[in-house]
Amino acid sequence: MSPLLQATDISKFYGSRVGCQNVSFDLYPGEVMGIVGESGSGKTTLLNCLAGHLKPDTGAVLFDTRADGMQDTVKMSEPARRMLSRTDWAFVHQHARDGLRMGVSAGGNVGERLMAVGARNYGQIRAKATDWLDRVEIQVDRIDDRPAAFSGGMQQRLQIARNLVTGPRLVFMDEPTGGLDVSVQARLLDLLRGLVREMELSAIIVTHDLAVVRLLADRLMVMKDGHVVEAGLTDQVLDDPQHGYTQLLVSSVLQV
Amino acid sequence: MNEYNFAYLDEQTKRMIRRAILKGLAIPGYQVPFASREMPMPYGWGTGGVQVSAAVLTPEDTFKVIDQGADDTTNAVSIRKFFEKTANVAVTEETGEASVIQTRHRIPEQVLTEDQILVYQVPIPEPLRFLEPSEVETRKMHALEEYGLMHVKLYEDISQHGAIATAYAYPVKIEGRYVMDPSPIPKFDNPKMEMAAIQLFGAGREQRIYALPPYTKVVSLDFEDFPFEASKADQVCGVCGAEDSYLDELITDDEGGRMFVCSDTDYCRTRQGNIT
Repeated sequence: MSPLLQATDISKFYGSRVGCQNVSFDLYPGEVMGIVGESGSGKTTLLNCLAGHLKPDTGAVLFDTRADGMQDTVKMSEPARRMLSRTDWAFVHQHARDGLRMGVSAGGNVGERLMAVGARNYGQIRAKATDWLDRVEIQVDRIDDRPAAFSGGMQQRLQIARNLVTGPRLVFMDEPTGGLDVSVQARLLDLLRGLVREMELSAIIVTHDLAVVRLLADRLMVMKDGHVVEAGLTDQVLDDPQHGYTQLLVSSVLQV
Repeated sequence: MNEYNFAYLDEQTKRMIRRAILKGLAIPGYQVPFASREMPMPYGWGTGGVQVSAAVLTPEDTFKVIDQGADDTTNAVSIRKFFEKTANVAVTEETGEASVIQTRHRIPEQVLTEDQILVYQVPIPEPLRFLEPSEVETRKMHALEEYGLMHVKLYEDISQHGAIATAYAYPVKIEGRYVMDPSPIPKFDNPKMEMAAIQLFGAGREQRIYALPPYTKVVSLDFEDFPFEASKADQVCGVCGAEDSYLDELITDDEGGRMFVCSDTDYCRTRQGNIT
């Protein structure tokens, strides 16, 4: 099997400070990879470089496009990259407000990506939006409400529906459970796990919450000060941490 | 007359505006930035249209100004007087007589010819503005032809009102490329935009000019199952009896009395002349 995403030697500097340095990995279809580390360790910088929001200073991000096979998304033309980011890619922001149009109804939010790729039949767009609201457990009769009227958890689920409606193959998630209370987090994780399995999604999840990666991720990368200090299977890294920082991270989790 | 340069603006400014107009005509529907000047009237009163008119007027032209279809409203009278004074051009209220027509929010009912220029006053030239506040982003969206958002607006209309409720400034696609705001004309006028005359759009405050050459393809955006409809009040004109012209609703007393009359005063007057 060939990888879906291949990152080689990604580095990003903010002046003399390091964002992330020399990060390389392969992501295979259907695989979920977690990136953990403390605040400021370069997780989000790395994710933004991978998703094309930031231009890395060095390195290549190869993505297996449907039409032309492996393509370097860093060197790709902007129209092509933007096309990717609304078809084969999805990006779930930590704050739902960053990923949603707050002035547009829930149905419009879900439908936007469909319309962006050329859907021009209102009935079909509406049916698909209804279906997706149902799949992310939002009551269908709230389709015409604006996201501002939704709770934090519902906004996050709406953001997920909006992103997955075009059937992407790769999802970038930046702290998808951040700022939600634990019971809502659990439901969201359960939902995400179901969707990832069902749609055979590949995903890259950035988080500082080890429980999230324990539940969702197949593989794990631990970052510190812009460098990957440890990588491997999730269970292996969490149960038998080798690097000092990973040991600290694992032992810092409160046991209830 | 000697106090002003012809048509108020100096020659360099008019050349600058003409360059913007030519660029606009070369790329139909594309918003060309231009160095809009202060005009002796407030923004929102047609400063963009006035500058475009000033740049295209010649001493031989006959000038007509309409405001919501009428020749005798404040805006129309003021602008007509402005060019009478500064350019000394002939003015008319008859659509067929005019070679340059400046308009606010209407297209004349009478079919325009290849000898005429229609100048629109535009308040907000960016059709995506209320959905995407960033100018950097909207320009990128135009450049990359990312117009899905425009349909989100129409989707919202249908989901809230059961039909596309946008009745004016209805977005159009030009020659299959640029999505354009036709200025706040009623959507009844949208089909008329495929016309023989040159159409120029000037937005003074927003500093944009765009243009449509004659016979340019103009398609109003819609959904397959909610097609575009050029709607008007389902009445006939209470004065001239026209069934095919766009109507204004007038309140005639405080007891609910109302009547519908043509918004195009010249069209209505011509028809009355033919009846009597």
